[in-house]
Amino acid sequence: MIDLAQVSRVFEGRTVVADVTLRVEAGTILTVVGTSGSGKTTLLRMINRLIEPSTGTIQIAGRDIRDVPPHLLRRGIGYAIQGHGLFPHRTVAENIAVVPKLLDWDRGRIAARVDELLSLFNLDPAAYRDRLPAALSGGEQQRIGVARALAAEPPILLMDEPFGALDPIIRGRAQEDLRTIQQRYNTTIVLVTHDMDEALHLGHRIAVMDAGRLVQEAPPADLLGAPATAFVGTLLGSGDRAFQLMALRVVDDLVEPGPAPGPPIPAGTSVRAALAESLWSRRPALPVSRDGVILGRVTRAALEAQGGRP
Amino acid sequence: MGGHSATGLLRPGVDPLGSAFAALLGLSLLALPLMTTRPNRIAAGTGLTAWSALPSGAVLLLGGVVALGLPLLALRAAPPLRLAAAAAILLLLGLSAGWAADHLTLPGDRYGRVSPDAGWWLAFATAALAVGDGLARLRPGPILRIALLALLVGATGLALRTGFWNNLSVLREYASRSDTFGRELRTHAVLALTSVAAAAALGIPAAILARPVPALRTGLLATLNVVQTIPSMALFGMLIAPLAWIGRAVPGAAALGIAGIGAAPAFVALLAYALLPVAAATVAGLDAVPWPVRDAARGVGMTARQRLLQVELPLALPAILTGIRIVLVQNIGLAVIAGLVGGGGLGVFVFQGISQNAGDLVLLGALPTVAMATGAAVLLDAVVDLSRGRAAERVP
Amino acid sequence: MSRAPPLAWAALLALLGVFLVAPGRFAPLFQPFAPGDTPPIYAQTPLLTLAVNHLLLVAAATLTAAAIAVGLAVAATRPAGRDVLPFARSVARIGQTFPPVAVLALAVPIFGFGAVPTLIALVLYGLLPIFETALTGLDGLDPALMEAARGMGMTDRQRLLRVELPLALPMILSGIRLAAVIGLATATIGSTVAASTLGEVIISGLLTGNTAYVLQGGLVVSALALLIDAGFRHVERGAARRAGFRS
Repeated sequence: MIDLAQVSRVFEGRTVVADVTLRVEAGTILTVVGTSGSGKTTLLRMINRLIEPSTGTIQIAGRDIRDVPPHLLRRGIGYAIQGHGLFPHRTVAENIAVVPKLLDWDRGRIAARVDELLSLFNLDPAAYRDRLPAALSGGEQQRIGVARALAAEPPILLMDEPFGALDPIIRGRAQEDLRTIQQRYNTTIVLVTHDMDEALHLGHRIAVMDAGRLVQEAPPADLLGAPATAFVGTLLGSGDRAFQLMALRVVDDLVEPGPAPGPPIPAGTSVRAALAESLWSRRPALPVSRDGVILGRVTRAALEAQGGRP
Repeated sequence: MGGHSATGLLRPGVDPLGSAFAALLGLSLLALPLMTTRPNRIAAGTGLTAWSALPSGAVLLLGGVVALGLPLLALRAAPPLRLAAAAAILLLLGLSAGWAADHLTLPGDRYGRVSPDAGWWLAFATAALAVGDGLARLRPGPILRIALLALLVGATGLALRTGFWNNLSVLREYASRSDTFGRELRTHAVLALTSVAAAAALGIPAAILARPVPALRTGLLATLNVVQTIPSMALFGMLIAPLAWIGRAVPGAAALGIAGIGAAPAFVALLAYALLPVAAATVAGLDAVPWPVRDAARGVGMTARQRLLQVELPLALPAILTGIRIVLVQNIGLAVIAGLVGGGGLGVFVFQGISQNAGDLVLLGALPTVAMATGAAVLLDAVVDLSRGRAAERVP
Repeated sequence: MSRAPPLAWAALLALLGVFLVAPGRFAPLFQPFAPGDTPPIYAQTPLLTLAVNHLLLVAAATLTAAAIAVGLAVAATRPAGRDVLPFARSVARIGQTFPPVAVLALAVPIFGFGAVPTLIALVLYGLLPIFETALTGLDGLDPALMEAARGMGMTDRQRLLRVELPLALPMILSGIRLAAVIGLATATIGSTVAASTLGEVIISGLLTGNTAYVLQGGLVVSALALLIDAGFRHVERGAARRAGFRS
């Protein structure tokens, strides 16, 4: 879907992004992680031409983005940023409708889309439509910011630290919302974050940037198992890598026949949560169910094995 | 009875500011002369206290209202009650000036002058401040403020139209110049308004264009800043010669009213003074648009023109309007100088009055100027608040 | 403008000095603006005398205004004065809408002609900007800082003198600069009521149609205003640095 070929960007003699080649498959989430100043935001902003590459090419669906005037290109790409950038003088509905209006959608279609998005984010359209951004909580503002980015049903969504300003609980919910929406619309997402946990949690693949260079690009499990450089290892943190790995996997594949005492856990539970439950309830094995039907059991030993280095 | 009895009409204790108002009002009405009478417009005057200047009925009424109102101001009365007391005293002082003038003017005397003296001015200013304080405590919204201003203008206009104050010396002065007064008042207003409109039409686009280019932006603001330091009289005067030359040399210029005498130098000078505040306010307003908002506007695919018209200018509007408020008030005041260079306006009366040593004539020019400037300030402050309305609470 | 190199300011100062001491040397420059064979340089009163009078008048008015306004602003920001604060602020706002010319004209019937009404008008007109900026400076201080000063055991007086005033100084100075620059221009109008200022030169030029005089008076006042503005900005930057603000 998105192809970057040997892309570099130089600002006043300083190379901010150096020779990055990267491909984002359609319908997947790529998270770009790195310290501040690593060039990750510049990389993102080159995809919708907010910044032009100094050298290299970027293609979307096989077409060089330089062939499209920047403002038209951006109307086809959702863009959500930290601090959400909502227009303070426009209502929630007007903010969400910005891109559809730029694309000359008819009024009824815009209104329907606004209500659909508000409902999608669990905000009552009647109560929120006519509010100003200042009258919303931080979490609500952030959701409207993402809703605006999705308004024109873009195939691609670029997000720069979209959850950076949220507290942990709201942040967790926003991440779940994003996964749901991504699956529903099959959107291709590039998300920039400095938080490795968020990157591991959301990304189908993770790109790690350091000093302008792409040092590793891999699925979460591979990254955890084999960090390409010491820097990636530091970013991952050495202490609880086993648990991060366990958090990526679910118990579904580990079910074996046999009895186990106590209440069952759902098959979609992560290995990490299942192990915690096993330790906490002092049960060496837990029953696993799907849709109320017991599938079998999962043993603590099987769970523990998932934490080992791949 | 807790400490929170803000809803009560009277709370125990003394209001420090209100007591100061009450003391000043009492002092000015009891110890200072209320009115002055003079045998003619430039003779020395004789001061008269309230009880000798007013007919007995009016003395009783004024005394009664003041005796009731002063304790309300001094004690910790509820804000609406204080406001009512102050407004009543202010109204009665306005009426008293008319009553005293009628009372003290001998039938058929066309040369005698009756004018407010120190006591009246001090009491009037104090009562006006007390009204302002009452309003400040109640925090009326912009619409209500405009309505109050309209009410005040309407009431004053009605009193002037019905000739209620006709025996006051300022209006005697007006009576002998009623034909020129209307013309100069119009000239004054037109000079101030058109120069500000032209400054907005030139300054806002110039600021928008120059802002992104650091050298242009610094140059523009520095140049306009130097213009501000030229004293107004000198700038008006310096423009006479070049405009006279343009009027003679450029075909058609004279037909447009460009000449060394008349309103042209005044207009150009006022325009020059108005440019800096308008341009600086536009630059500051646009600079204050938050970065994420700017970035989002680009990111959603707005063109430069759409960003300017739909996002940046609407958000900068309150700041720009504040700049326009400042220059309009400033230019209403500066337009007085036009009277010195033959540009007309209310300054004509001010400077004639100064040269004739006729205080009443000075007042005839100065009072409408002050009223116009203050009215414009109140009106535009309300408009700025209205424009802030939707984006009032900026997202941090 | 204020960022012009110090050399440019020194040059302007030197030029102004030479002009005031020996204006005759500049006669050829002004000759084209003087009609007929009238002298191109104003000679009734030496320009230097007028400039000194002008500056003395503005300095006296500005200092008086500053002393009163800062005192009032300090009083309005003490706990006892807090109730008065919104009122004081709106008076300062509305008071500034009184045109300086009107204030001057209204002072004449009360105080007569000469320097006195001009001084009074200048003081009244200077009060408001200084009061407003001093109020902003004193009222806008970080409450946490005030708490810290109290927590360290400073008395009210020590807090005012050692913390509040030094931190508000840049704002107060900017108000004084504004008042001084406005005052310089307004003082010229004082000559219409017979105060001895550089306005005398301008008015004489206006009355006789001698643009050379108008230019002389105007340029000298402008140069003074620019120099004073630059001088104040320099001091303000120093005060801001000492108060720990980034300039």
